[in-house]
Amino acid sequence: MSAAAADARALLDVYLTAIRIAIAEQFQYRVANYFYMIGMIVEPVIYLVVWSTIAAQQGGDVGGYTAGRFAAYYIVWTLVRNMNIIFTPYGWEWRIRDGELSGMLLRPLHPIHWDLGYFAGWKFVVIVLWLPLAAVLALIFRPELAPTVLDVIVFAIAIWGAYLIRSVLYWLLGMISFWTTRVGPLFEIIFTAELLLSGRLVPLGLMPEWVQTIADFLPFQWTFGFPIEALVGGLPPDRLLGGLAMQALWITIGAVAIRLVWPIAVRRYSAVGN
Amino acid sequence: MAHVTSPGEPGRRRGPLGPVTLAGVFLRVGAMNELQYRANFVVQVFQSAIALVTGLAVLAIVFSQTTNLHGWTQAELLAVMGVHILMGGIIQATIQPGMERLMADIREGTLDFVLTKPEDAQLLVSVRQVRIWQLVDVGVGLVVLGVAVDRLGPIGPLDVVAFLAALVLGATMIYCFWLILTVVAFWVVRMDQIVELFSGLYQSGRWPVTIYPGWLRISLTFLVPIAFAVTVPAEGLTGRLTPETLALAAGFATVLVVVTRWFWRFGLRHYSGASA
Repeated sequence: MSAAAADARALLDVYLTAIRIAIAEQFQYRVANYFYMIGMIVEPVIYLVVWSTIAAQQGGDVGGYTAGRFAAYYIVWTLVRNMNIIFTPYGWEWRIRDGELSGMLLRPLHPIHWDLGYFAGWKFVVIVLWLPLAAVLALIFRPELAPTVLDVIVFAIAIWGAYLIRSVLYWLLGMISFWTTRVGPLFEIIFTAELLLSGRLVPLGLMPEWVQTIADFLPFQWTFGFPIEALVGGLPPDRLLGGLAMQALWITIGAVAIRLVWPIAVRRYSAVGN
Repeated sequence: MAHVTSPGEPGRRRGPLGPVTLAGVFLRVGAMNELQYRANFVVQVFQSAIALVTGLAVLAIVFSQTTNLHGWTQAELLAVMGVHILMGGIIQATIQPGMERLMADIREGTLDFVLTKPEDAQLLVSVRQVRIWQLVDVGVGLVVLGVAVDRLGPIGPLDVVAFLAALVLGATMIYCFWLILTVVAFWVVRMDQIVELFSGLYQSGRWPVTIYPGWLRISLTFLVPIAFAVTVPAEGLTGRLTPETLALAAGFATVLVVVTRWFWRFGLRHYSGASA
């Protein structure tokens, strides 16, 4: 076996182990996970009710969205939202303050691999817990959903693309914690921008033209709106594949930036604690 | 448990303080504590500003597609938003901090220290913790309400009285709801997720509950009294509040206060101090 192949094997092993540990750990906390998910589901239900009300008032649809399509959008939303959970940029503060990073740096492997594997493993628990909730929501709100085979395939890839975009970009953002501890306000501005410009609040198509133009220059829509619309939006094949290409582009940008910034950031780290 | 004389010094006791005096003392101590961390005020102002901008943006998006939502105009929904922010500030500043501390005390067994004090324990756990910076939201809510009322046109003094009455009743009901939830911790012990759950549910109050489907509307009225806390006061300012609704609010608040009192005592009997 060549050295490169051996490295790849070893890396794969690390990922599989992280995934297995995450599944075992998170499944123990299934009640806590459920509470969290129920709290989370309130948000899209509110959006759904507001927009269905407007659709009904406007004689059936708003900008092409009927109540049934809104239902599909916001139910798929709940899965995409769960896929979007990644290591929080706020977490860097305690990783640095508690000295947890010291242990991570001792391993002969870039620490991002563990985060990617662990949070990916968590998704398997989340998806199992999500299925009954989605069924209940579907019974209540009657979504209109008729995806093609290509839609389903692109969706299945796109939710993991969304996961990777958010993972690398928020990892990058979290690294600011190496320079300053006052990161809260910056993160909040970014999370607010994400809420408005990703399709989380409302399908981007309902936003004013100029907002959509801004969104085109930012990564947010590829982590939320695009995966959802891949499944429910009836997008033509070129938009579907173009979307996946945009996801790949943002993942690459994030990965390259981490590669450049991480060595500089970590030099600023001086361990506190054990 | 209510009025135990402190064991060492029987002669020094002057009788229980009035609830208002006691709350005032805790408010002063809490304020003095937090005034040490003035930077947190700036952070709070910033957070409130972002939340306000987001809320206004959502209203703008909704009303770019329609002229009214279930009969509520943009100015009227602005009033709902004002009440929502105002009530959120009251909850975050006065109700929730005490409940979070109570949960921690039950978990760690440190509630003993409250129970041995010569004041009513329910009163103590309810008033002993405040977060004054959260009152920024009360100010923001009032400003939003001012703008909304200005756009809605003149309102009579009776409307203002009804609004204030509905606000006090609503806050009382939220307090009862929170305390009942927290008392469950006497049995369940770990309740950390409840805070998340409540803040998620509270977001539904941003819109008048009349837009929600029946089962959800009823839950948001009687299960989680968000309708009484936000929608009903907002109805007071938009000329929708009927005497019947206000009477229902008063009646339900009374029932909740009595039930909460009973449930608190019942839960307390299940408390076994875990501390040393």
